[in-house]
Amino acid sequence: MVREATNTLQKSVLWDWLTTVDHKKLAVLYLISGTLFFLKAGLMAVFMRIQLMFPMNDFLSGQTFNEFITMHGTIMLFLAATPLLFAFMNYIVPLQIGARDVAFPFVNALGFWLFFFGGILVSLSWFFGGAPDAGWTSYVPLASRDYGGLGIDFYVLGLQVSGIGTLVSGINFIVTIINMRAPGMTMMRMPLFCWTTLVTSILIVFAFTPLAAGLALLMLDRMFDGMFFIPGEGGNVVIWQHIFWIFGHPEVYILVLPAFGMISEIIPTFSKKRLFGYTAMVFATLIIGFLGFMVWMHHMFTVGIGPIANSVFAIATMIIGIPTGIKIFNWLFTMWGGKLTFNTAMLCASSFVPTFVLGGVTGVMLAMAPVDHLYHDTYFVVAHFHYIILGGIVLGLIGATFYWYPKMFGHKLNETLGKIMFWMFYVGFHLTFFVQHILGLIGMPRRVYTYLEGQGMDTMNMISTIGAFVMSAAIILLVINVVYSAMKSPREGGDPWDGRTLEWATPTPVPEYNFAQTPQVRSLDPLFYEKIHGDGTMKPAEPIGDIHMPNGSIYPFTISLGLFFAGFGFIMLNMENAIISPWIVIAVGGIITFGSMALHSVKEDHGYHISKETVEQMEKEVGTNG
Amino acid sequence: MGENLSQPFEKSSMTPEEIRKINREQRIQTIAFGFMIAITLLAFIAVGADVVPGSFAIPFILGLAGIQLFLQLYYFMHLKDKDHGWPNTFIVSGIVLVIPTIVALMLLIGVTKY
Repeated sequence: MVREATNTLQKSVLWDWLTTVDHKKLAVLYLISGTLFFLKAGLMAVFMRIQLMFPMNDFLSGQTFNEFITMHGTIMLFLAATPLLFAFMNYIVPLQIGARDVAFPFVNALGFWLFFFGGILVSLSWFFGGAPDAGWTSYVPLASRDYGGLGIDFYVLGLQVSGIGTLVSGINFIVTIINMRAPGMTMMRMPLFCWTTLVTSILIVFAFTPLAAGLALLMLDRMFDGMFFIPGEGGNVVIWQHIFWIFGHPEVYILVLPAFGMISEIIPTFSKKRLFGYTAMVFATLIIGFLGFMVWMHHMFTVGIGPIANSVFAIATMIIGIPTGIKIFNWLFTMWGGKLTFNTAMLCASSFVPTFVLGGVTGVMLAMAPVDHLYHDTYFVVAHFHYIILGGIVLGLIGATFYWYPKMFGHKLNETLGKIMFWMFYVGFHLTFFVQHILGLIGMPRRVYTYLEGQGMDTMNMISTIGAFVMSAAIILLVINVVYSAMKSPREGGDPWDGRTLEWATPTPVPEYNFAQTPQVRSLDPLFYEKIHGDGTMKPAEPIGDIHMPNGSIYPFTISLGLFFAGFGFIMLNMENAIISPWIVIAVGGIITFGSMALHSVKEDHGYHISKETVEQMEKEVGTNG
Repeated sequence: MGENLSQPFEKSSMTPEEIRKINREQRIQTIAFGFMIAITLLAFIAVGADVVPGSFAIPFILGLAGIQLFLQLYYFMHLKDKDHGWPNTFIVSGIVLVIPTIVALMLLIGVTKY
């Protein structure tokens, strides 16, 4: 393969992928594992919809249903949406800012493997007496040691491990975006996807730390007889809700902001216009990020904090509608008067706008504290956040997949299949979730595994389930499309969409050093600027020379593996008849983790150089199709 | 890669100006550190030796903690330095975000309704 220098080619394929620190390969790993978790959690959703097809159905037991709602939510948010977004952030952000890699390639790999092993740890719960069953929010006292089963321990430890991974990746992105921009790429010339990645990473740093603290407290409560959340012994259950939502609300923005960024890349490209109101978009992103931390209590209106507190948070919540509205109008104005191309990516991006508005409107409805007592814990809430997540994040992700696929894998996805997929998904999505608004308003509670006949819920639940089937068919079609396009689609050059941003200036496949010469950026949308004012290629900012690259390392894998063992050991503390002492497992895990860290610290590793001759040769080979 | 990347340099490549600056910085850090230890000791002594009356002890210690926090952020976290815009932004936004968190966790826990 031309995209790799000899050092990389000397490794076996498996060893290469296990030890890689290349941001592009890690992105592919994120993409694959995120997709697998996505399919798994999606299947759970289909099972839940089958259970709710008929009144008093007994397809699933109540306990299994509880485990499914919990795992569906947990996996979708932590182990599917986050890694899928990270996949694109990893692949695209360094290319968009003109960098050779992220700031800390080793930490990048560590972030992936921690997420991966944390996800495996949560999933293992199925084999040890059942998955967590207290909802993805894992509210105490339901999740405390008196009432919650072993599954909760898997939730606590698994999320702790994968949370560390997300946290270090977030730090890595911040440092990358602040320090690794190419000459001329000022903050206000960065593509909006980089901006939203930056704000998202900041939110990760500030939001995942409370989550880690909360999970640690819950772990102390459950395994070491703590009493933070046990009212009988002086604890307070509301504290968990606060800590969880101090994390949980920013988490929503952590997920949706990168999707905003993707939309803001796709719409200008296929409207052949620069993004309308770039500066306003940047500041709207920053304001959304800031306000995202000031509104968490709207999840707790019915807890009984008090009327003044509720009012303050209700108003703060409604204020978020303003920067979001700015964004919506900016996307519309970008499209207005543009030369529009409606391919699958653009279909997803443009239909994102009205769907997201629907979710936003119900969001403001839910923000009104007095009325929230009616909506709380009904399907109205379920409909609201699925409009945000599916209509916002997933449409953004599918759009981004179609948009950046030629850059990542060298060929486009089939457009015909893509459009069929889009319309099936779109129709199925609205079928599934629109009726759930009404179901919620007539009083169907969420998280309940069945309902009675003759309450006017039968038809709408049936419609909802049919919609879920249509949506699943669309996702299956997407998978078929990936396989089909891999065999049939023609190879593409570096710039198949007539792109505007820097990632389209690299040849496809992207060489492992990204840019042979760091480009000189002269404007927002730098490649488009060069196409209009220059000769269509980026001007180099440095002479061609040896390129310094980081060595691959197995330590990220082993550090994460050790934490996986240690986490499992802590869970074993609560197991009835463990085969070996939990402390042995914890010790082994600790030794692997800290041993790997020590080895990594002691061993000198200065990376290697790709020689100037190799670079020139690689550029010549990829340049012919770039 | 070069063989001698891990070897220390014999002579510093800093200019005399830079060396003077770094020495001064070192002296400031040491003094700040000593002062912080002193006020920490002061807090312990104040309570342990009954120097201040009980009713005044709590505000006194909180006052010392305030000074301590300021010194920590200002000197150890380099809030005082120029060209630290990004780290300073992060520290300040961290403080801004943590205030409602602390207020909520102390007051809004359902015991008293506000």
